Amino acid sequence: MTTPIAEAVTRLAHEQSGRVVALLAHRFSDLDLADEAVQDALLSASQWTTVPDNPAAWLYTVARNNAIDRLRRAAAERRRLRAAAPDLLAAGLDASGDTRSPGEDAEAEEEVAVDDDSGPGDEADEQVRLMLLCCHPALDRSAQVALTLRLVGGLTTAEIAAALLVPEATLAQRIVRAKRKIRDAGIPLSMPADLDGRIEVLLTVLYLVFNEGYLARGGRPGIRVDLVDEAIRLTRRARDVLPESAEVEGLLALELFTHARTGGRQTAAGELVLLADQDRTRWNLDLVAEANVVLADALQRLKPGPFQLQAVVSGSHSTARTAADTDWAMIAGAYRQLAVLAPSPIVSLNHAVAVSMADGARAGLAMLDAVDGLDEYYLLWAARGEMLERAGSRPEAIDALRRARALALNPAEQRHLDRRLAALGAPGDGAGDGGRGGGHDGGHADVSRAVDGRRDDA
Amino acid sequence: MEYMILIHEGETAETPQPGSPGFETYMADWMAYNQKLIDGGNFIGAGRLQPSLTATTLKRSSGADQLIDGPFAETKEQLGGYYLVTAADLDEALSLAAAMPIDDVTLEVRPIAFRPEAL
Repeated sequence: MTTPIAEAVTRLAHEQSGRVVALLAHRFSDLDLADEAVQDALLSASQWTTVPDNPAAWLYTVARNNAIDRLRRAAAERRRLRAAAPDLLAAGLDASGDTRSPGEDAEAEEEVAVDDDSGPGDEADEQVRLMLLCCHPALDRSAQVALTLRLVGGLTTAEIAAALLVPEATLAQRIVRAKRKIRDAGIPLSMPADLDGRIEVLLTVLYLVFNEGYLARGGRPGIRVDLVDEAIRLTRRARDVLPESAEVEGLLALELFTHARTGGRQTAAGELVLLADQDRTRWNLDLVAEANVVLADALQRLKPGPFQLQAVVSGSHSTARTAADTDWAMIAGAYRQLAVLAPSPIVSLNHAVAVSMADGARAGLAMLDAVDGLDEYYLLWAARGEMLERAGSRPEAIDALRRARALALNPAEQRHLDRRLAALGAPGDGAGDGGRGGGHDGGHADVSRAVDGRRDDA
Repeated sequence: MEYMILIHEGETAETPQPGSPGFETYMADWMAYNQKLIDGGNFIGAGRLQPSLTATTLKRSSGADQLIDGPFAETKEQLGGYYLVTAADLDEALSLAAAMPIDDVTLEVRPIAFRPEAL
C-alpha cells in the first residue's frame, strides 16, 4: 500500500509527529494524551483523499483538537460519575476513587478552553525535553530505544519491532510499560539540571540505534525502516535543537563518516571487506564532505568529547584516498585523548594499533603489553601477530595469529586469519579456501580493522 | 508526589557507635541531611530498622499463617531503613536520594500510590 497518500502519511509521521507530541505533551503536561492525540490524527490522515497543502500544520491542529476533545470527554465523565456518586455509594460501589473537588474540574475545563489559542513556546526546548524524557536514565536502555523511535522518531510499533527483530507484542508491551513508569513514577518533562549528562544518554541511545542498523546492513532484506537512516535523522534533529552541543555534532559527524563507507563494506556476495581493502571510489564523498563540516563546527567549540574523538578517527579513514594515505598520527592522537576521557581496554588496543602504524611495530607492541583484560579477544592477538610480523619476528607472529584464529568466532574472520597464516607459511585449519592475502599490504588490513573497532567491519 | 526511599545495605558494615571516634561526624552528617529535607519541605518521615536478625516473617498462604525467624529474603543486602519524602518529580526524589550521606548502599526510589493519612 505504497500509494502516494500512504507515503505522505508515513513521511508526516516520521518527520512531524515527534515535534507535535513534544508540543502537546508540554502544553497539556500529559505525554500519553499527546501521543494518543497524534496517533488519532495520523489515523484520520490515512483517510485523506488529497494531501493538504501544509501537512505539518494540519497534523498539529487536528492532534491538538483531539487532545482537547479527550480532555473534555474525561471532564464530562468525571461530572457524570460525581452526579451518580450517591447512587453508586448506596449500591455499594466506589465512585472510581475520584477525589477531586468540583471546583478543580471546572478549572481544568476552563484551562482547556483558554489554553486553546496560546501559541507554542520555545519549540526547540520542547523537543529537547521530549528527547531527554524518552532517554531518562530511570528507564531501561531497551525502553529508551523503543520510546525514542516511537515518540521522537514517529515510527509505528510494527516498524520498530521489525527493525529491532523483536516480536511486535514484546515491543508494544515495552512501550506501554515505559509510558506507565513515566506517568506513575513522576518522570518529568523538564529541562534537567544536569543537561550535559542527560545529552550523553541521548547520544548513547542514538548511537546504539545507528549501530543496530549498521551492523545488520544487508542482513535483513525487505525491512522498510532503516535504522541507520533513522539514527542519522534523529541525530540531525538533536543537532538542530541543541545547537551548542559539540558532542551532538561529534556523533552526527561520526555517523556520517561511517555511513559514507557503506558502499565499500561488502562484496556483491555479501562478504565483509576489510577497511584497507575497500574500493574507496564506492564511498559517498558528499556524506564525507558534510561530515567534515559538522566535525569542524564541533571542534571549534573546544569542548572535546568521546564522540568527537571517534569522529576524528572515522574521518581520518574516510578522507584518506588510499589506505596508505591514512593519517595514523592523527588517529593515534585521537585515541590518546579518548583513553583519557573514556578509558577502556578496546580504546587502549586501538591506540596501540594506531601507534604501530604511525611510529612503528615495536612502539605498538610495547603499548599492547600494557593492555589489560583482552586476553580472550581475537583482535588483540591478530593485532599482535601483524605487529610481530612487521617487526620481523615471524615465529612469534604465527603463534599470535594461531591464538587469534582459535578465538575468532565469525567465519569471515576465521577465513581471513587462515589466509594470513598461509601467507606466513603456517597453514591453519581452513588453509586453501581463500588463498589470497600476504604480500605488500596484508599486514595493514588486519590492523585497520582493529583500529576501526568492532563497529565498522566486524 | 510522594516517594519512599528504601535503603538496602550490607549488614556487616560497621557504623560508628556512640562514644567512638568518628561518631560525632557520622551523626552530624545525618542531622544535616535530615535538616536539608525539612528545610526543603521534603521531609515526611524516616526510620532506621534493627538488623534483619531481629526480623520475623509472617507468611500466609490459603489462610494458613506460618512464622519464619528471619527477613523476607536472605540476601547480602537487607532493608535497613527508609525515608518518606515529598518531591516535585522523580528527578527531585533521585537527587534527594543521591544526597544521602552513605556509601556502599542500594537506594530504591518508589512513588507512593496511596497513603491513608495523606488524605
